[in-house]
Amino acid sequence: MNVAVRYFAAVREALGSGEDVEVGAGATVASVRDALVARGGRHAEALGRARVLRSARNRVLCAEDALLADGDEVGFFPPLTGG
Amino acid sequence: MAARVEIREGDFDLAAEVAALRQGDGGVGAVVAFVGTVRDRNDGSAVASLELEHYPGMTEAAIEAMVDEATRRFEIRAVRVVHRVGVLAPLAQIVLVAVTAAHRSQAFQACEFLMDYLKTQAPFWKKEAGPDGVRWVDARVADDAALARWGIAAGNAADAR
Repeated sequence: MNVAVRYFAAVREALGSGEDVEVGAGATVASVRDALVARGGRHAEALGRARVLRSARNRVLCAEDALLADGDEVGFFPPLTGG
Repeated sequence: MAARVEIREGDFDLAAEVAALRQGDGGVGAVVAFVGTVRDRNDGSAVASLELEHYPGMTEAAIEAMVDEATRRFEIRAVRVVHRVGVLAPLAQIVLVAVTAAHRSQAFQACEFLMDYLKTQAPFWKKEAGPDGVRWVDARVADDAALARWGIAAGNAADAR
């Protein structure tokens, strides 16, 4: 299945605004992140577990164990600093 | 009537926003408005400008949900939130949270609740430009603690440092 990954702030600066990713059934936000990190290079640097990141599924903040469905949008970004 | 939540580049007029919010509502006895502004120093460094990025669509929906929650928790009549994005200079206004209620206590509490909520749960990111270049602003544990007072676990900055 396909998920649309979107990046913001420092992650966006490293990887661009986003990309479509093909994942297997049962994929979670964490497994998408791990698959991207496994590509190495800039992805491993920006999304690696040494980075503290927040995530969203379909534009709602979520924990990384959130299960994904085909067509979902997943956001990866640093902790929030608004207001 | 204006939307409850607006994300925009342009500035806002506090007096006009408050006037619109309470217009024609004779049940209002209290208006509380918080305005956040850009400081010229942060963590000991001069700030030349601040750039705000957001997650279009998600930001608006997240704040709308916060306003719904505030309406459930407090006896309030109307809410208006305006948050600016883009490049802002020191002294510029960043955010407005305005609340009307019959009585002041509920308006004060709802306004503070909304700001505490927004700081850690609305997708905005600040980037500062200063004498040493640009840097993304770190999330603050103190902001998580502020939300915890309302019984909500933020989990935003908690393991960030």
